[in-house]
Amino acid sequence: MNIKPEALTDSNKAMSSYLSPLVREIPSSGIRKFFDLVGGNKDIITLGVGEPDFTTPWHMREACVYSLERGFTSYTSNAGTPELREAISEYLDEQFAVRYDPKSEIIVTVGGSEAIDLALRALIVPGDEILVPEPCYISYSPITSIGGGIPVGIETFAKDEFKLTAEALEAKITPKSKVLILCYPSNPTGATMTYEDWLPIAKVVEKHDLIVISDEIYAELNYGEKHVSFAAVPGMMDRTILVSGFSKAFAMTGWRIGYTCGHPDLIAAMLKIHQYTVMCAPSMGQVAALEGLRNGLGEKDRMVEAYNQRRRLMVEGFREIGLECHEPRGAFYVFPSIQSTGLSSDEFAQRLLAEAKVAAVPGNVFGLGGEGYLRCSYATSVSQLTEALDRIGQFVEKVKKEG
Amino acid sequence: MTELNDLKLKVLELLKEDARRTPTLLATLLGVAEQDVCTAIKELEDQHVIVKYAAVVNWDKVDDEKVTALIEVQITPERGRGFEGIAERIYLYPQVKSVYLMSGAYDLLVEVEGRNLREVANFVSEKLSPIDSVLSTKTNFTLKKYKQDGIIFEDHQEDNRLMISP
Repeated sequence: MNIKPEALTDSNKAMSSYLSPLVREIPSSGIRKFFDLVGGNKDIITLGVGEPDFTTPWHMREACVYSLERGFTSYTSNAGTPELREAISEYLDEQFAVRYDPKSEIIVTVGGSEAIDLALRALIVPGDEILVPEPCYISYSPITSIGGGIPVGIETFAKDEFKLTAEALEAKITPKSKVLILCYPSNPTGATMTYEDWLPIAKVVEKHDLIVISDEIYAELNYGEKHVSFAAVPGMMDRTILVSGFSKAFAMTGWRIGYTCGHPDLIAAMLKIHQYTVMCAPSMGQVAALEGLRNGLGEKDRMVEAYNQRRRLMVEGFREIGLECHEPRGAFYVFPSIQSTGLSSDEFAQRLLAEAKVAAVPGNVFGLGGEGYLRCSYATSVSQLTEALDRIGQFVEKVKKEG
Repeated sequence: MTELNDLKLKVLELLKEDARRTPTLLATLLGVAEQDVCTAIKELEDQHVIVKYAAVVNWDKVDDEKVTALIEVQITPERGRGFEGIAERIYLYPQVKSVYLMSGAYDLLVEVEGRNLREVANFVSEKLSPIDSVLSTKTNFTLKKYKQDGIIFEDHQEDNRLMISP
Protein backbone atom coordinates (compact mmCIF):
# COMPACT_ATOMS: atom_id res chain seq x y z
CA MET A 1 0.00 0.00 0.00
CA ASN A 2 1.40 3.36 -0.95
CA ILE A 3 0.46 6.03 1.55
CA LYS A 4 1.82 9.48 0.93
CA PRO A 5 3.37 11.10 4.03
CA GLU A 6 1.04 14.07 3.63
CA ALA A 7 -1.98 11.82 3.66
CA LEU A 8 -0.74 10.16 6.85
CA THR A 9 -0.27 13.51 8.54
CA ASP A 10 -3.75 14.62 7.55
CA SER A 11 -5.12 11.37 8.85
CA ASN A 12 -3.33 11.80 12.20
CA LYS A 13 -4.63 15.31 12.57
CA ALA A 14 -8.11 14.10 11.94
CA MET A 15 -7.79 11.30 14.49
CA SER A 16 -6.46 13.57 17.22
CA SER A 17 -9.55 15.71 16.87
CA TYR A 18 -11.54 12.80 18.31
CA LEU A 19 -9.61 12.95 21.56
CA SER A 20 -11.12 14.28 24.74
CA PRO A 21 -9.84 17.81 25.32
CA LEU A 22 -9.04 16.71 28.88
CA VAL A 23 -6.53 14.24 27.49
CA ARG A 24 -5.33 16.32 24.57
CA GLU A 25 -4.43 19.24 26.78
CA ILE A 26 -2.32 17.23 29.19
CA PRO A 27 1.33 17.99 28.45
CA SER A 28 3.56 14.97 27.94
CA SER A 29 5.70 14.10 30.92
CA GLY A 30 9.10 15.79 31.28
CA ILE A 31 10.42 12.42 32.37
CA ARG A 32 9.21 10.96 29.09
CA LYS A 33 11.11 13.59 27.13
CA PHE A 34 14.27 12.85 29.08
CA PHE A 35 13.71 9.13 28.69
CA ASP A 36 13.81 9.61 24.92
CA LEU A 37 17.12 11.46 25.21
CA VAL A 38 18.69 8.66 27.21
CA GLY A 39 17.42 5.97 24.88
CA GLY A 40 18.75 2.48 25.40
CA ASN A 41 22.37 3.53 25.83
CA LYS A 42 23.94 0.97 28.16
CA ASP A 43 27.19 2.90 28.68
CA ILE A 44 25.38 5.41 30.80
CA ILE A 45 25.32 5.24 34.58
CA THR A 46 21.72 5.88 35.42
CA LEU A 47 20.51 7.57 38.56
CA GLY A 48 17.19 8.04 36.83
CA VAL A 49 15.31 4.94 37.88
CA GLY A 50 12.45 5.14 40.32
CA GLU A 51 12.52 1.51 41.31
CA PRO A 52 14.62 -0.85 43.41
CA ASP A 53 17.70 -2.46 41.88
CA PHE A 54 16.93 -5.60 43.86
CA THR A 55 15.02 -8.40 42.21
CA THR A 56 11.88 -9.60 43.97
CA PRO A 57 13.15 -12.05 46.63
CA TRP A 58 13.27 -15.58 45.27
CA HIS A 59 10.82 -17.12 47.74
CA MET A 60 8.17 -14.66 46.53
CA ARG A 61 8.84 -15.43 42.90
CA GLU A 62 8.81 -19.12 43.74
CA ALA A 63 5.46 -18.82 45.53
CA CYS A 64 4.08 -17.32 42.34
CA VAL A 65 5.55 -20.08 40.19
CA TYR A 66 4.05 -22.77 42.44
CA SER A 67 0.67 -21.07 42.35
CA LEU A 68 0.77 -21.11 38.56
CA GLU A 69 1.67 -24.80 38.62
CA ARG A 70 -1.34 -25.44 40.80
CA GLY A 71 -3.48 -23.62 38.27
CA PHE A 72 -4.19 -20.54 40.35
CA THR A 73 -4.95 -18.39 37.33
CA SER A 74 -8.54 -17.21 37.83
CA TYR A 75 -10.02 -13.90 38.84
CA THR A 76 -9.85 -13.23 42.53
CA SER A 77 -12.61 -11.38 44.35
CA ASN A 78 -12.73 -7.79 43.19
CA ALA A 79 -11.13 -6.39 46.31
CA GLY A 80 -8.35 -8.99 46.28
CA THR A 81 -7.93 -12.36 47.97
CA PRO A 82 -9.24 -12.41 51.54
CA GLU A 83 -5.87 -13.78 52.73
CA LEU A 84 -3.93 -10.89 51.25
CA ARG A 85 -6.34 -8.27 52.57
CA GLU A 86 -6.15 -9.87 56.01
CA ALA A 87 -2.33 -9.86 55.85
CA ILE A 88 -2.27 -6.21 54.70
CA SER A 89 -4.57 -5.28 57.55
CA GLU A 90 -2.33 -6.95 60.13
CA TYR A 91 0.83 -5.53 58.55
CA LEU A 92 -0.45 -1.94 58.61
CA ASP A 93 -1.57 -2.36 62.19
CA GLU A 94 1.79 -3.73 63.30
CA GLN A 95 3.99 -1.39 61.30
CA PHE A 96 2.10 1.89 61.32
CA ALA A 97 -0.63 1.51 63.95
CA VAL A 98 -3.50 1.94 61.50
CA ARG A 99 -6.19 -0.73 61.59
CA TYR A 100 -8.45 -1.38 58.62
CA ASP A 101 -11.17 -3.99 58.28
CA PRO A 102 -10.01 -6.38 55.53
CA LYS A 103 -13.61 -7.04 54.52
CA SER A 104 -14.77 -3.51 53.86
CA GLU A 105 -11.87 -1.09 54.07
CA ILE A 106 -9.15 -2.49 51.78
CA ILE A 107 -8.87 -2.98 48.01
CA VAL A 108 -5.89 -4.67 46.39
CA THR A 109 -5.15 -2.61 43.28
CA VAL A 110 -3.04 -2.69 40.15
CA GLY A 111 -0.17 -0.83 41.77
CA GLY A 112 -0.45 2.28 43.85
CA SER A 113 -1.10 4.23 40.64
CA GLU A 114 -4.50 2.63 40.13
CA ALA A 115 -5.38 3.35 43.74
CA ILE A 116 -4.67 7.06 43.25
CA ASP A 117 -6.73 7.06 40.07
CA LEU A 118 -9.62 5.30 41.82
CA ALA A 119 -9.56 7.72 44.71
CA LEU A 120 -9.53 10.79 42.48
CA ARG A 121 -12.22 9.48 40.16
CA ALA A 122 -14.41 8.56 43.11
CA LEU A 123 -14.06 12.03 44.62
CA ILE A 124 -13.76 14.63 41.88
CA VAL A 125 -16.70 16.63 40.73
CA PRO A 126 -15.52 18.64 37.71
CA GLY A 127 -14.16 21.95 38.90
CA ASP A 128 -12.98 20.66 42.29
CA GLU A 129 -9.53 21.85 43.28
CA ILE A 130 -7.01 19.20 44.26
CA LEU A 131 -4.12 20.40 46.36
CA VAL A 132 -0.71 18.89 45.62
CA PRO A 133 2.49 19.77 47.49
CA GLU A 134 5.29 20.02 44.95
CA PRO A 135 7.86 18.93 43.85
CA CYS A 136 5.99 15.64 43.69
CA TYR A 137 5.48 12.41 41.81
CA ILE A 138 4.63 13.36 38.25
CA SER A 139 1.23 11.67 37.96
CA TYR A 140 -0.93 13.47 40.50
CA SER A 141 -1.69 16.57 38.46
CA PRO A 142 -2.40 14.80 35.14
CA ILE A 143 -4.69 12.22 36.78
CA THR A 144 -6.51 15.05 38.51
CA SER A 145 -6.97 16.84 35.18
CA ILE A 146 -8.20 13.70 33.44
CA GLY A 147 -10.80 13.38 36.18
CA GLY A 148 -11.97 16.94 35.55
CA GLY A 149 -10.34 18.37 38.66
CA ILE A 150 -8.06 21.35 38.87
CA PRO A 151 -4.62 20.61 40.29
CA VAL A 152 -3.31 23.31 42.60
CA GLY A 153 0.39 23.08 43.39
CA ILE A 154 1.75 24.07 46.79
CA GLU A 155 5.44 24.85 46.55
CA THR A 156 7.71 23.38 49.20
CA PHE A 157 11.28 24.46 49.83
CA ALA A 158 14.66 23.01 50.70
CA LYS A 159 14.89 25.38 53.69
CA ASP A 160 11.88 23.52 55.15
CA GLU A 161 13.39 20.16 54.11
CA PHE A 162 10.62 20.08 51.47
CA LYS A 163 8.01 19.49 54.16
CA LEU A 164 4.49 20.78 53.69
CA THR A 165 3.63 23.54 56.14
CA ALA A 166 0.17 24.43 57.43
CA GLU A 167 0.66 28.05 56.32
CA ALA A 168 1.50 27.09 52.75
CA LEU A 169 -1.48 24.72 52.64
CA GLU A 170 -3.89 27.27 54.11
CA ALA A 171 -2.73 29.91 51.62
CA LYS A 172 -3.85 27.79 48.67
CA ILE A 173 -7.25 26.77 49.99
CA THR A 174 -10.34 28.16 48.28
CA PRO A 175 -14.03 27.20 48.55
CA LYS A 176 -13.39 24.77 45.68
CA SER A 177 -10.62 22.88 47.50
CA LYS A 178 -11.66 19.32 48.13
CA VAL A 179 -8.74 16.91 48.20
CA LEU A 180 -5.16 17.10 49.42
CA ILE A 181 -2.72 14.59 47.95
CA LEU A 182 0.22 13.77 50.19
CA CYS A 183 3.28 11.74 49.31
CA TYR A 184 5.67 11.28 52.22
CA PRO A 185 8.34 9.94 52.12
CA SER A 186 8.52 11.95 48.95
CA ASN A 187 9.43 11.16 45.42
CA PRO A 188 11.52 13.14 44.36
CA THR A 189 12.83 14.96 47.45
CA GLY A 190 13.04 12.15 50.00
CA ALA A 191 11.29 14.43 52.51
CA THR A 192 9.43 12.85 55.41
CA MET A 193 6.93 14.19 57.92
CA THR A 194 6.96 13.53 61.66
CA TYR A 195 3.95 13.25 63.94
CA GLU A 196 4.60 16.83 65.08
CA ASP A 197 4.77 17.97 61.45
CA TRP A 198 1.40 16.37 60.75
CA LEU A 199 -0.57 17.91 63.63
CA PRO A 200 -0.91 21.44 62.18
CA ILE A 201 -1.65 19.99 58.73
CA ALA A 202 -4.42 17.87 60.25
CA LYS A 203 -5.95 20.97 61.82
CA VAL A 204 -6.13 22.69 58.44
CA VAL A 205 -7.54 19.56 56.82
CA GLU A 206 -10.28 19.37 59.44
CA LYS A 207 -11.00 23.09 59.38
CA HIS A 208 -11.54 23.08 55.62
CA ASP A 209 -13.17 19.66 55.50
CA LEU A 210 -10.65 18.19 53.05
CA ILE A 211 -10.28 14.58 52.05
CA VAL A 212 -6.65 13.39 52.00
CA ILE A 213 -5.15 10.89 49.59
CA SER A 214 -2.00 9.80 51.36
CA ASP A 215 0.41 8.03 49.02
CA GLU A 216 2.66 6.08 51.38
CA ILE A 217 4.33 3.83 48.85
CA TYR A 218 7.76 4.67 50.33
CA ALA A 219 6.63 4.27 53.96
CA GLU A 220 9.05 1.45 54.70
CA LEU A 221 12.01 3.28 53.18
CA ASN A 222 12.47 5.61 56.11
CA TYR A 223 15.85 6.36 57.68
CA GLY A 224 15.02 8.71 60.50
CA GLU A 225 12.06 8.46 62.82
CA LYS A 226 9.67 5.67 61.98
CA HIS A 227 7.14 6.57 59.32
CA VAL A 228 3.92 8.11 60.64
CA SER A 229 0.92 7.47 58.45
CA PHE A 230 -1.31 10.51 58.05
CA ALA A 231 -4.23 8.19 58.82
CA ALA A 232 -2.73 7.57 62.27
CA VAL A 233 -3.06 11.23 63.24
CA PRO A 234 -6.06 11.62 65.58
CA GLY A 235 -9.23 12.43 63.68
CA MET A 236 -7.71 11.77 60.25
CA MET A 237 -8.49 8.07 59.74
CA ASP A 238 -11.96 8.61 58.28
CA ARG A 239 -10.94 11.42 55.95
CA THR A 240 -7.78 9.72 54.67
CA ILE A 241 -7.49 7.33 51.75
CA LEU A 242 -4.23 5.51 52.34
CA VAL A 243 -2.43 4.31 49.21
CA SER A 244 0.50 1.94 49.29
CA GLY A 245 1.84 -1.18 47.64
CA PHE A 246 4.58 -3.70 47.27
CA SER A 247 6.62 -2.09 44.49
CA LYS A 248 9.24 -0.25 46.48
CA ALA A 249 9.76 -2.04 49.80
CA PHE A 250 9.37 -5.54 48.40
CA ALA A 251 11.05 -4.85 45.03
CA MET A 252 7.90 -5.77 43.09
CA THR A 253 7.47 -2.91 40.63
CA GLY A 254 6.59 -5.03 37.61
CA TRP A 255 3.99 -7.10 39.45
CA ARG A 256 1.68 -4.11 39.85
CA ILE A 257 0.28 -4.95 43.25
CA GLY A 258 -0.81 -2.04 45.38
CA TYR A 259 -3.57 -1.42 47.86
CA THR A 260 -5.77 1.30 49.20
CA CYS A 261 -7.52 1.60 52.53
CA GLY A 262 -10.11 3.98 53.87
CA HIS A 263 -13.60 4.61 55.16
CA PRO A 264 -15.99 1.85 53.97
CA ASP A 265 -18.14 4.36 52.04
CA LEU A 266 -15.16 5.66 50.08
CA ILE A 267 -13.74 2.19 49.53
CA ALA A 268 -17.14 0.95 48.29
CA ALA A 269 -17.23 3.76 45.73
CA MET A 270 -13.67 3.06 44.62
CA LEU A 271 -14.45 -0.64 44.39
CA LYS A 272 -17.22 0.10 41.90
CA ILE A 273 -14.75 1.75 39.53
CA HIS A 274 -12.14 -0.93 40.18
CA GLN A 275 -14.54 -3.79 39.36
CA TYR A 276 -15.75 -2.16 36.16
CA THR A 277 -12.24 -1.34 34.91
CA VAL A 278 -9.76 -4.01 36.00
CA MET A 279 -11.94 -6.61 37.83
CA CYS A 280 -9.13 -7.49 40.17
CA ALA A 281 -5.38 -7.20 40.54
CA PRO A 282 -3.38 -10.03 38.92
CA SER A 283 -3.92 -13.20 40.93
CA MET A 284 -0.35 -14.44 40.70
CA GLY A 285 1.00 -11.12 41.94
CA GLN A 286 -1.31 -11.33 44.93
CA VAL A 287 0.21 -14.70 45.80
CA ALA A 288 3.74 -13.26 45.71
CA ALA A 289 2.70 -10.25 47.77
CA LEU A 290 1.11 -12.48 50.41
CA GLU A 291 4.31 -14.52 50.62
CA GLY A 292 6.23 -11.25 51.06
CA LEU A 293 4.10 -10.19 54.01
CA ARG A 294 4.24 -13.63 55.60
CA ASN A 295 7.91 -14.45 55.13
CA GLY A 296 9.70 -11.54 53.48
CA LEU A 297 10.02 -8.87 56.15
CA GLY A 298 13.65 -9.75 56.88
CA GLU A 299 14.65 -9.26 53.27
CA LYS A 300 12.77 -6.00 53.20
CA ASP A 301 14.78 -4.80 56.19
CA ARG A 302 18.06 -5.80 54.53
CA MET A 303 17.16 -3.82 51.42
CA VAL A 304 16.27 -0.78 53.53
CA GLU A 305 19.64 -1.01 55.29
CA ALA A 306 21.43 -1.10 51.92
CA TYR A 307 19.49 1.98 50.73
CA ASN A 308 20.39 3.79 53.92
CA GLN A 309 24.10 3.16 53.34
CA ARG A 310 23.88 4.44 49.79
CA ARG A 311 21.90 7.48 50.94
CA ARG A 312 24.78 8.52 53.19
CA LEU A 313 27.22 8.01 50.32
CA MET A 314 25.17 10.23 47.99
CA VAL A 315 24.52 13.07 50.43
CA GLU A 316 28.16 13.22 51.46
CA GLY A 317 29.26 12.85 47.83
CA PHE A 318 27.17 15.78 46.60
CA ARG A 319 28.25 17.97 49.49
CA GLU A 320 31.90 17.20 48.73
CA ILE A 321 31.30 18.14 45.11
CA GLY A 322 30.09 21.49 46.40
CA LEU A 323 26.39 21.10 45.64
CA GLU A 324 23.90 21.83 48.39
CA CYS A 325 22.00 18.71 49.29
CA HIS A 326 19.36 18.51 51.99
CA GLU A 327 19.34 15.22 53.84
CA PRO A 328 16.52 13.03 52.57
CA ARG A 329 15.08 10.82 55.29
CA GLY A 330 12.99 8.56 53.09
CA ALA A 331 12.48 6.94 49.67
CA PHE A 332 15.62 6.35 47.56
CA TYR A 333 16.31 9.74 46.03
CA VAL A 334 18.59 12.63 46.75
CA PHE A 335 17.59 16.03 45.43
CA PRO A 336 20.71 18.19 45.27
CA SER A 337 20.58 21.83 44.24
CA ILE A 338 22.48 22.62 41.06
CA GLN A 339 21.78 26.36 41.29
CA SER A 340 25.41 27.18 42.10
CA THR A 341 26.40 25.99 38.62
CA GLY A 342 24.26 28.64 36.94
CA LEU A 343 22.58 26.01 34.77
CA SER A 344 18.90 25.25 34.68
CA SER A 345 17.76 21.76 35.68
CA ASP A 346 17.18 20.82 32.07
CA GLU A 347 20.53 22.17 30.88
CA PHE A 348 22.38 20.50 33.72
CA ALA A 349 20.72 17.12 33.18
CA GLN A 350 21.17 17.20 29.43
CA ARG A 351 24.82 18.22 29.61
CA LEU A 352 25.51 15.72 32.39
CA LEU A 353 24.13 13.02 30.15
CA ALA A 354 26.02 14.11 27.05
CA GLU A 355 29.34 15.04 28.67
CA ALA A 356 29.59 12.77 31.72
CA LYS A 357 27.35 9.86 30.68
CA VAL A 358 25.28 10.07 33.86
CA ALA A 359 21.49 10.11 33.62
CA ALA A 360 19.49 11.88 36.32
CA VAL A 361 16.10 13.55 36.17
CA PRO A 362 15.82 17.36 36.01
CA GLY A 363 13.94 18.63 39.05
CA ASN A 364 11.61 20.90 37.11
CA VAL A 365 9.60 17.93 35.83
CA PHE A 366 8.28 17.43 39.37
CA GLY A 367 6.46 20.74 39.46
CA LEU A 368 6.76 23.89 41.55
CA GLY A 369 10.01 24.20 43.47
CA GLY A 370 11.80 21.60 41.38
CA GLU A 371 13.69 23.98 39.12
CA GLY A 372 17.33 24.22 40.15
CA TYR A 373 17.41 20.66 41.44
CA LEU A 374 18.24 17.22 40.14
CA ARG A 375 16.63 13.93 41.18
CA CYS A 376 19.18 11.18 41.65
CA SER A 377 18.05 7.71 42.58
CA TYR A 378 20.44 5.66 44.67
CA ALA A 379 18.71 2.40 43.85
CA THR A 380 21.86 1.11 42.23
CA SER A 381 25.11 -0.46 43.40
CA VAL A 382 27.67 1.31 45.58
CA SER A 383 30.31 0.96 42.87
CA GLN A 384 28.01 2.59 40.27
CA LEU A 385 27.13 5.38 42.69
CA THR A 386 30.79 6.02 43.46
CA GLU A 387 31.60 6.21 39.76
CA ALA A 388 28.60 8.49 39.11
CA LEU A 389 29.68 10.85 41.89
CA ASP A 390 33.19 10.99 40.41
CA ARG A 391 31.81 11.89 37.01
CA ILE A 392 29.37 14.46 38.40
CA GLY A 393 32.21 16.03 40.41
CA GLN A 394 34.38 16.42 37.31
CA PHE A 395 31.43 17.77 35.33
CA VAL A 396 30.55 20.37 37.97
CA GLU A 397 34.17 21.48 38.15
CA LYS A 398 34.21 21.93 34.40
CA VAL A 399 30.95 23.90 34.40
CA LYS A 400 32.17 26.16 37.19
CA LYS A 401 35.40 26.87 35.30
CA GLU A 402 33.37 27.94 32.29
CA GLY A 403 31.99 30.54 34.67
CA MET B 1 33.72 -17.20 70.60
CA THR B 2 34.21 -13.45 70.08
CA GLU B 3 31.23 -11.25 70.78
CA LEU B 4 30.98 -8.52 68.18
CA ASN B 5 29.32 -5.16 68.44
CA ASP B 6 26.92 -3.85 65.81
CA LEU B 7 29.54 -1.77 63.99
CA LYS B 8 31.89 -4.73 63.62
CA LEU B 9 29.11 -6.92 62.26
CA LYS B 10 28.19 -4.27 59.69
CA VAL B 11 31.84 -3.80 58.70
CA LEU B 12 32.11 -7.56 58.22
CA GLU B 13 29.00 -7.68 56.04
CA LEU B 14 30.23 -4.82 53.85
CA LEU B 15 33.71 -6.30 53.48
CA LYS B 16 32.25 -9.71 52.72
CA GLU B 17 30.40 -8.09 49.81
CA ASP B 18 33.54 -6.34 48.58
CA ALA B 19 36.83 -6.56 50.44
CA ARG B 20 38.32 -3.69 48.47
CA ARG B 21 36.10 -1.12 50.15
CA THR B 22 38.23 1.46 51.91
CA PRO B 23 37.72 2.56 55.53
CA THR B 24 36.67 5.97 54.17
CA LEU B 25 33.91 4.43 52.08
CA LEU B 26 32.82 2.10 54.88
CA ALA B 27 32.63 5.04 57.28
CA THR B 28 30.45 6.97 54.81
CA LEU B 29 28.15 4.03 54.17
CA LEU B 30 27.69 3.39 57.87
CA GLY B 31 27.55 7.03 58.96
CA VAL B 32 30.37 6.69 61.52
CA ALA B 33 33.87 8.14 61.94
CA GLU B 34 36.59 6.64 59.79
CA GLN B 35 38.75 6.09 62.86
CA ASP B 36 36.04 3.87 64.36
CA VAL B 37 36.01 1.74 61.22
CA CYS B 38 39.82 1.45 61.26
CA THR B 39 39.74 0.40 64.90
CA ALA B 40 37.00 -2.16 64.22
CA ILE B 41 38.91 -3.65 61.29
CA LYS B 42 42.16 -3.79 63.27
CA GLU B 43 40.45 -5.59 66.15
CA LEU B 44 38.71 -8.01 63.79
CA GLU B 45 42.06 -8.82 62.20
CA ASP B 46 43.79 -9.19 65.58
CA GLN B 47 41.02 -11.50 66.79
CA HIS B 48 41.33 -13.55 63.60
CA VAL B 49 37.69 -12.90 62.79
CA ILE B 50 38.92 -11.47 59.51
CA VAL B 51 41.39 -14.16 58.53
CA LYS B 52 42.37 -13.02 55.06
CA TYR B 53 41.25 -10.80 52.17
CA ALA B 54 40.92 -12.94 49.05
CA ALA B 55 39.17 -12.79 45.68
CA VAL B 56 36.40 -15.25 44.84
CA VAL B 57 37.59 -16.68 41.52
CA ASN B 58 35.56 -18.51 38.94
CA TRP B 59 38.32 -20.80 37.69
CA ASP B 60 36.03 -22.17 34.99
CA LYS B 61 36.60 -18.87 33.16
CA VAL B 62 40.37 -19.27 33.24
CA ASP B 63 42.28 -21.40 30.82
CA ASP B 64 44.10 -23.14 33.65
CA GLU B 65 42.70 -26.62 34.18
CA LYS B 66 41.90 -27.46 37.76
CA VAL B 67 40.04 -30.39 39.20
CA THR B 68 38.29 -30.21 42.53
CA ALA B 69 37.04 -33.15 44.56
CA LEU B 70 35.00 -33.31 47.72
CA ILE B 71 36.13 -36.38 49.62
CA GLU B 72 33.99 -37.94 52.33
CA VAL B 73 36.33 -39.48 54.89
CA GLN B 74 35.43 -41.87 57.68
CA ILE B 75 37.96 -42.03 60.48
CA THR B 76 38.51 -43.50 63.91
CA PRO B 77 38.97 -40.64 66.36
CA GLU B 78 42.12 -40.64 68.50
CA ARG B 79 41.93 -41.04 72.25
CA GLY B 80 42.26 -37.67 73.92
CA ARG B 81 42.37 -35.64 70.69
CA GLY B 82 39.25 -36.80 68.91
CA PHE B 83 39.33 -35.68 65.30
CA GLU B 84 41.72 -32.74 65.77
CA GLY B 85 45.03 -34.52 65.15
CA ILE B 86 43.85 -36.31 62.02
CA ALA B 87 42.19 -33.18 60.67
CA GLU B 88 45.49 -31.37 61.13
CA ARG B 89 47.44 -34.09 59.34
CA ILE B 90 45.08 -33.72 56.45
CA TYR B 91 44.69 -29.93 56.23
CA LEU B 92 48.42 -29.32 56.24
CA TYR B 93 48.71 -30.78 52.72
CA PRO B 94 48.81 -27.82 50.30
CA GLN B 95 46.43 -29.49 47.85
CA VAL B 96 43.74 -29.62 50.56
CA LYS B 97 41.64 -26.46 50.25
CA SER B 98 39.21 -27.02 53.07
CA VAL B 99 38.36 -29.54 55.75
CA TYR B 100 35.07 -29.74 57.64
CA LEU B 101 34.08 -32.00 60.51
CA MET B 102 30.63 -33.28 59.61
CA SER B 103 27.72 -34.92 61.32
CA GLY B 104 26.09 -37.80 59.48
CA ALA B 105 27.40 -40.70 57.42
CA TYR B 106 31.05 -39.64 57.39
CA ASP B 107 33.36 -37.60 59.60
CA LEU B 108 35.44 -35.23 57.49
CA LEU B 109 34.66 -33.51 54.23
CA VAL B 110 37.95 -32.71 52.50
CA GLU B 111 38.14 -30.42 49.49
CA VAL B 112 41.13 -31.28 47.34
CA GLU B 113 42.34 -29.41 44.29
CA GLY B 114 44.64 -30.79 41.61
CA ARG B 115 45.67 -30.12 38.02
CA ASN B 116 43.95 -33.28 36.78
CA LEU B 117 42.06 -36.39 37.88
CA ARG B 118 45.23 -38.41 38.24
CA GLU B 119 46.76 -35.91 40.63
CA VAL B 120 43.70 -35.95 42.90
CA ALA B 121 43.48 -39.75 42.67
CA ASN B 122 47.14 -40.04 43.63
CA PHE B 123 46.62 -37.81 46.61
CA VAL B 124 43.74 -39.94 47.83
CA SER B 125 45.51 -43.25 47.32
CA GLU B 126 48.99 -42.24 48.42
CA LYS B 127 48.39 -39.66 51.14
CA LEU B 128 44.87 -39.73 52.49
CA SER B 129 43.87 -43.39 52.52
CA PRO B 130 47.09 -44.70 54.10
CA ILE B 131 46.60 -42.59 57.25
CA ASP B 132 46.11 -45.15 60.02
CA SER B 133 42.87 -43.72 61.37
CA VAL B 134 41.23 -43.37 57.98
CA LEU B 135 38.64 -46.11 57.54
CA SER B 136 37.28 -45.18 54.13
CA THR B 137 37.16 -42.44 51.52
CA LYS B 138 34.58 -41.59 48.91
CA THR B 139 35.73 -39.17 46.24
CA ASN B 140 33.21 -36.87 44.50
CA PHE B 141 34.59 -34.75 41.67
CA THR B 142 32.88 -31.42 41.18
CA LEU B 143 31.71 -30.87 37.62
CA LYS B 144 30.71 -27.24 37.81
CA LYS B 145 30.55 -24.59 40.48
CA TYR B 146 27.37 -22.51 40.40
CA LYS B 147 27.58 -20.56 43.60
CA GLN B 148 30.29 -19.96 46.19
CA ASP B 149 30.18 -17.84 49.33
CA GLY B 150 26.80 -16.48 48.30
CA ILE B 151 28.09 -15.40 44.90
CA ILE B 152 26.39 -16.81 41.82
CA PHE B 153 29.06 -17.37 39.16
CA GLU B 154 26.93 -17.40 36.05
CA ASP B 155 24.58 -14.61 37.01
CA HIS B 156 22.64 -13.74 33.91
CA GLN B 157 20.36 -11.28 35.65
CA GLU B 158 20.89 -8.06 33.76
CA ASP B 159 19.55 -4.74 34.89
CA ASN B 160 16.43 -4.61 32.79
CA ARG B 161 15.05 -1.48 34.35
CA LEU B 162 14.23 1.49 32.17
CA MET B 163 17.04 4.03 32.25
CA ILE B 164 14.66 6.73 33.41
CA SER B 165 11.38 6.14 35.21
CA PRO B 166 8.98 8.08 37.43
